[in-house]
Amino acid sequence: MKKIEAIIKPFKVDDVKKALNEAGITGMTVLEVRGFGRQKGHTEIYRGAEYVVDFLPKIKVEVAVPAESVPAVVERILTAARTGKIGDGKIFVYDLEEVVRIRTGERGREAL
Amino acid sequence: MKKPLRKIATTALCLLVLLVGLAAALPALADEAPKPDPSGANTGVINDIIGASAGAPTDNDIKTMSEKEPLAAKVGDVAGHNRISINIVWTLICGFLVMFMQAGFAMVETGFTRAKNAGHTMAMNFMIYGLGMLGYWICGFALQMGGVGGVATLGGAGVLNGEYVIHLFGKEFGLFGTKGFFLSGTTYDAAVFALFLFQMVFMDTTATIPTGSMAERWNFKSFVVYGFFVGGILYPLFANWVWGGGWLSTLGKNFGLGHGHVDFAGSSVVHMTGGVAALVGAWVLGPRLGKFNKDGSPNAIPGHHIPMAVVGTFILAFGWFGFNAGSSLSGTDLRIGVIATNTMLASAAGAFSSMMYMWIRYGKPDISMICNGMLAGLVAITAPCAFVTAPSAVLIGVIAGVLVCLSVFFVERTLKIDDPVGAFSVHGLNGAWGVIALGIFADGAYGDGWNGVSGTVKGLLYGDASQFAAQLVGTLTNLIYVGLVSLIFFVILKKVIGLRVPEEVEIEGLDQAEVAVTAYPDFNLRNLPKY
Repeated sequence: MKKIEAIIKPFKVDDVKKALNEAGITGMTVLEVRGFGRQKGHTEIYRGAEYVVDFLPKIKVEVAVPAESVPAVVERILTAARTGKIGDGKIFVYDLEEVVRIRTGERGREAL
Repeated sequence: MKKPLRKIATTALCLLVLLVGLAAALPALADEAPKPDPSGANTGVINDIIGASAGAPTDNDIKTMSEKEPLAAKVGDVAGHNRISINIVWTLICGFLVMFMQAGFAMVETGFTRAKNAGHTMAMNFMIYGLGMLGYWICGFALQMGGVGGVATLGGAGVLNGEYVIHLFGKEFGLFGTKGFFLSGTTYDAAVFALFLFQMVFMDTTATIPTGSMAERWNFKSFVVYGFFVGGILYPLFANWVWGGGWLSTLGKNFGLGHGHVDFAGSSVVHMTGGVAALVGAWVLGPRLGKFNKDGSPNAIPGHHIPMAVVGTFILAFGWFGFNAGSSLSGTDLRIGVIATNTMLASAAGAFSSMMYMWIRYGKPDISMICNGMLAGLVAITAPCAFVTAPSAVLIGVIAGVLVCLSVFFVERTLKIDDPVGAFSVHGLNGAWGVIALGIFADGAYGDGWNGVSGTVKGLLYGDASQFAAQLVGTLTNLIYVGLVSLIFFVILKKVIGLRVPEEVEIEGLDQAEVAVTAYPDFNLRNLPKY
C-alpha cells in the first residue's frame, strides 16, 4: 500500500478530485496548506510599497492506494493538476504500513 | 480595572454628573433677552422672506404693506415660517447623512488595517461619535457658535450672541463664543438645536480622522481623553474663527482680504484640522512595530478587508452630499444643485487621477489608493464646491487624486511617519488644497455679501488676489494652531497616561486586550459543550 500526497494549486482541486474518482479512488483527504518552492514566493505592491508573499496558499490532497495503482494515479494527478506554469506543485509517494477502518476494524487492503 | 485607574474613572464620572446638574440649574441664572423658542412655533416670520428670491419683498415693502393688509401680513408670516421650515428640514436631513459618514470612516479605517486589530479600530470609530459629541455639548458648541449671532437661513431670535473679542490694531478679533454651554439657558431653542446637530456631526468627522492614522497601536484610555479634547476644544476654536464670526472670517471686513477666509463646508475647518492632528498624533505615537526597517525603508502592511474599505468609501461619498450641499444650511438656496454636482464631479476626478497615477507608476490600479483618491477629491471640493464651475471642480479633483498619492509616499518614505490609512494625505494636505483652490478658482457667481463683504466671492483667476491671500492666511493658521496645540496635547497625554499599548499586546492584536472582544473569534479553534 502507498500513500500519495499531492500539493497542487487551489483552483485545481476539483479537477484532481474528479480524476481520482474516475480512477476508482473512493476516499481522499484535502488540506489547506501554505508553502513555497524554488521560486520563494513572489513580491506584491501595496500602496506603493513592495512586500514579499513567501508562503503561498496551496491544497494538499492525500490518498491511500494499492501499490500497483500508483503509476496510474500519479499520471492522473499530473494531467489534472498541470498548468505548465511555475507553482504547479509536487507529488510525494510514501510506503504505507497499515490501514484500519475504524467502524468495522478491517485492516490492510480491505480497509482501503 | 487597576485601582488608580478606577479612581480616575470614578472621579471623571462624578465630574460629568456634577456638570450635568449644573447645566440643569443654568436656566435660573440666564438673562432674559433675546427670547429663545424651544417649541419652534415662533421661528420663521414674515421678515424671513426678505431676500428669499430675486423678486422677494424688501424690508420696506413689508413695513408699508403690513398696515394696509393685515391678512397678507399673516400669510407672509406663514410663508416665512415655511421657508425656515424647509431650511431646517434640509439642514437636519443633511446632518443625518453626515452622521452616517461615521460608518464610512469605521469601514475604511478597519478595512485598511489588520484583522487582529479590527475590533479595536471599529471601537475607536464607534466611540468617537459619543465622546466627541459629549465634549461638544459641554463646551465645544458654545466655543464655536456661541457668538455667531443668528444664522439667517435658520431664523430664530439670534440667541447665540456672545463672541469674545480682543482689540488689536484698532480692529476686533473674535476668539471664541460664550453662549450655548450644555445647550442650556437661552440656547434652548429649536433653530439652535438644529444648528447644534449639524455642527456636531461635522466636528465628529474631524474627530474620527486621527483614529485612522493612529490605528493598531493607540491605547483606548488616552483615546477617550482625546475624544473629549477634540470635541470640546481643539476643533471648536478654529471653527469659531472661520464659521462662528471669529477673526479669520473678518479678515475681509477688517483688512480687505477678499471675503475673509472662506471655507464653504470645511476643507480647512473639518478636514485639515483632522488631518494635521492625525499627522502629529501618529508622529508622537510612533510607527507600528515592523513598519520600518533599520535603514528606515518602509514595509507594506496590507489591510485585511479591502471590500469593506471600498464600501466605506462609497458611504462617505454618499454622506458627502449632506456635508457639502447641507452646508448651505438652506433648502431654499438653489445653489445646492451646483454644490452637489460639483461634489460628485470632484470625487470622480480624484478617483480617476489616482487610478491613472498608480497604474502608470506601479503597473496596477491599486484600489486602496483609488479609494483615497476619491476621498481626496471630496475633501478638496469641500471648501470651493459652492463657488466654482464644473470644469474647475474636475480639475480640483484631478489634482487632489495625484496629490494624495504623492503625499502617502512622502509621509511614509521621507517623514517616516506611519499613517496606516493615509489620513493626513487625504484630509490634511487636500484640506489645504481645497481652501487654496477656492482662492484660485472661485468664479464670482455666488457668495454675495459673504462674511459681511459686499460682492461675490472671486478667486485669483477671476481677479481677486486678496481672496487668495485670505485663503493662505487661513491655511497657515490652521497648520500652526492645530499642529502646535495637538502636539502639546499628545506629548502631555503621552507623559501622563501613555499613548501606546504594550509591545506584546501590539504583536498579539489589540482586540482582546483593549476592547474585550475579538473581531473574528472563529479564526481560533474552540470547543463548545454539546448539551
